[in-house]
Amino acid sequence: MTELLSAPPRVITVGAALLEEALAAQAIETIPVSWRPPLPGTEDALAAVLADPRRAAANATAVRRLTSAAPQLVGVRRASELLPGRTFLHAGPPITWERASGPLRGALIGAMLLEGLAADEAEAERRIGTVTLEPCHHHRMVGPMAGVVSPSMWMLEVRDAEHGGSAYCSLNEGLGKVLRYGAYGPEVLERLRWMEEVLGPVLAAALARTGPIDLRGIIAQALQMGDELHNRNRAATSLLLRELAPAIVEAAPEQAAAVLRFINSNDHFFLNAGMAASKACADAARGIPGSTMVVAMARNGTDFGIQVSGLGDRWFTGPAGVPDGLYLGAYGPADANPDIGDSTITETCGLGGFAMAAAPAIVRFVGGEVADAVNATRSMYEITLAEHPAYQIPGLDFRGAPVGIDVTLVARTGILPVVNTGIAGRVAGTGQVGAGLVKPPVEAFTAALTALAEAL
Amino acid sequence: MSDLVLLRRGVYHDSVSLMRVSSSLSALPGVQVAVVAMATDLNVGLARDLGFDVPDADPSALLAAIRADDADSAAAELDRLLEALSARSAPGEAAQAPPRTTRAAARSRPADLVLVSVPGEHAFAEAMDALEAGLHVMVFSDGVSLEQEVALKRLADERGLLVMGPDCGTAVVAGAGLGFANVLKPGPVGVVAASGTGAQQVTCLLDLAGVGVTHVLGVGGRDLSAEVGGLATIRALRMLDEDPGTELIVLISKPPSAEAAAAVEEVASSLRTPVVRALLGDTGTDLTAATGEALRALGRPVPQWPSWTPPAGSFTGGGPLRGLYAGGTLCEEARRIAGRGEFTDFGDDTYTRGRAHPLIDPSLRLEALGRCRAGDVVLMDVVLGHAADPDPAARLAPAIAAGPAQVVVALVGSDGDPQGLRRQAEALTRAGAWVFASNAQAARFAKGTA
Repeated sequence: MTELLSAPPRVITVGAALLEEALAAQAIETIPVSWRPPLPGTEDALAAVLADPRRAAANATAVRRLTSAAPQLVGVRRASELLPGRTFLHAGPPITWERASGPLRGALIGAMLLEGLAADEAEAERRIGTVTLEPCHHHRMVGPMAGVVSPSMWMLEVRDAEHGGSAYCSLNEGLGKVLRYGAYGPEVLERLRWMEEVLGPVLAAALARTGPIDLRGIIAQALQMGDELHNRNRAATSLLLRELAPAIVEAAPEQAAAVLRFINSNDHFFLNAGMAASKACADAARGIPGSTMVVAMARNGTDFGIQVSGLGDRWFTGPAGVPDGLYLGAYGPADANPDIGDSTITETCGLGGFAMAAAPAIVRFVGGEVADAVNATRSMYEITLAEHPAYQIPGLDFRGAPVGIDVTLVARTGILPVVNTGIAGRVAGTGQVGAGLVKPPVEAFTAALTALAEAL
Repeated sequence: MSDLVLLRRGVYHDSVSLMRVSSSLSALPGVQVAVVAMATDLNVGLARDLGFDVPDADPSALLAAIRADDADSAAAELDRLLEALSARSAPGEAAQAPPRTTRAAARSRPADLVLVSVPGEHAFAEAMDALEAGLHVMVFSDGVSLEQEVALKRLADERGLLVMGPDCGTAVVAGAGLGFANVLKPGPVGVVAASGTGAQQVTCLLDLAGVGVTHVLGVGGRDLSAEVGGLATIRALRMLDEDPGTELIVLISKPPSAEAAAAVEEVASSLRTPVVRALLGDTGTDLTAATGEALRALGRPVPQWPSWTPPAGSFTGGGPLRGLYAGGTLCEEARRIAGRGEFTDFGDDTYTRGRAHPLIDPSLRLEALGRCRAGDVVLMDVVLGHAADPDPAARLAPAIAAGPAQVVVALVGSDGDPQGLRRQAEALTRAGAWVFASNAQAARFAKGTA
């Protein structure tokens, strides 16, 4: 402990610039902090939560569990095996049909038609009250965009080989007019039926042959190949396809070409596997008393909600924002629905917007220049607890991705998570209209912080 | 002449930087007054007292109140100055933004110590970051709750780290002057101090006597309370005991709780290094006497402490005594020695919330000096060193010369201080002040018994 007195100290200065200047004038090495006051109204809760003696150890445990999880793709299962009867799932925090936005309503209508619970749109709307709506997150599942899961759908099954948990995500339908963006036209339903009858069973048979596929490894490699695993999944999809292709051919020679062509035509096929992997990792970090780490961020098209490790399954929500992004064709901001989907589970685990610096090919989404992507990732180190030991970013000298969002750091810096997202059309049935960035509502984080303080 | 009141959200600068902006603006031709500060209750009140119509504001907003012939061009100058402040901390050529928390800074590069001077209600978070990163911390900020101080010092104790402060105004660590620090010769004395200006008085007198220091470790004024239990004092004593350069430890403390006193005494008496105890307060000693004791312990003679008298006029004294102090311990000491008069400590929390310390910003004390009447005797301290007013006499001397009161100054500084001890003394005496290097002597003189 006398080390401090053995040589002139290197001093981190936080506060008055004058004191930093006085040290610099003595040729003392300084590291100035660019400090600003915390978010207004958070002072008392911050003081209480930061003084919680459990916090540091709880957060260390939480982020260690999140980053040491070993998600493996082990199979595909029918949702009906995993859900109670007459239950449909949706993305984000809990919501009713009455408050649901266009794309979520569209996807629910599509699911009613798919399951044969209604013959047309009008009947589907009338009979929606006969099914129970619950968030995917309440069933260890995640769903992209509307995230609607109905009993006949196939779910990717991911197991955490380190801690033993399981997580599930539906199969990706591709781009354009698809159910997850609220489209429910004939071609949408036709594709879903093909997935139900062909894609699901073939994948099940193929995965039985391959054995568990190491998703942590694929994600780590894909980051080094230009994916950030949310808005770009091209490398990861290619890597997964390489793993699966021989087994698909062996398992189903008749259907292999169609299945491989389907996967190959969809750069986002891996997204759902990456989401289930992220869900498995985040769930490994749940329920640690005193932890201030975020274990879920999810949107239902109306609300943006988060869950925090130390606060059980409670949701803290704020209004979902409209993404700022690039639009397809003639669509524009007026066509955009507020933010929707469970895919922010990737950001929760250090991917997506947090790993933007790994994906220079899609910097158009974050302002157009590679430096913007680098800055986006760098800023996330300010609000995260750790750097991921396996997910590395080549452009930052292979620094680990920023992971483990700490609500106290969000309140202290006012820096919100950077979230990449697709943009759904606001009118049910439209489908995807663009992609970009969205700002989570600050009140979700301040409400969680207040609840942490109240729980002391 | 028109008033302009602006409130800006999302902008933050520390009180010292904003004080510089205020004075730059006030110095512009045609500007009568300019207040640029964070919109704390104190600062909003200050602007309202000046006649500005200020709406209720969020304290995290930046308040600018300007009265000028041409308010628009003053506002343009304000923007330029604020921009220059932001540019100073702007990213370098690597476009890497500076860290936003102590935690992020500690992850960015190796460091040994964190100097926290954010507003007191926010200091805990930064100090916790320091301890969690395994770094020693000096909390310069005041207004940190006792509960938070206890939490910080207990955690530091578990981790083998030192928490200096809160409200630790000065420290010297291996030659680095932190906070308000005098330029001191290297030497054999290590200081553990519960009082910043107390430590400055003792070390400056030692320096004037030709004796230097190894380190000066501040512990904060409440360290010896029953609640804190002397945790920082004990750690600082042990650190100095293990420091090969420290031959004598001077322990400057305020009246302690019985338990803390016993705990500290047990450690102090077990050290290899001799400890001179300077207990301040009603039953204790004064800083000048304690310095003498330290010199005697080193076998050094105690010199005549320097003093300077004005070229003309003689001290009549006897009138109402007004103490206008920047240093809390110096104020207490002078009040006790004088035994009468009205003393104000402008370094107290109530005067520093949202504005710079009086060692940097003399305005409140100058206003108080301006209110003194003929026959009054004013006793005040001027503290030199790093981070203090770069030329305190420049504004104080004209105010002394212009006022009717007789002024006695305790000038705390070393020969190495950037302001120039003797140059300051001469400027103050030319303005008519009696100047003493010893606060105790200044107080006795002002009282009329020197």
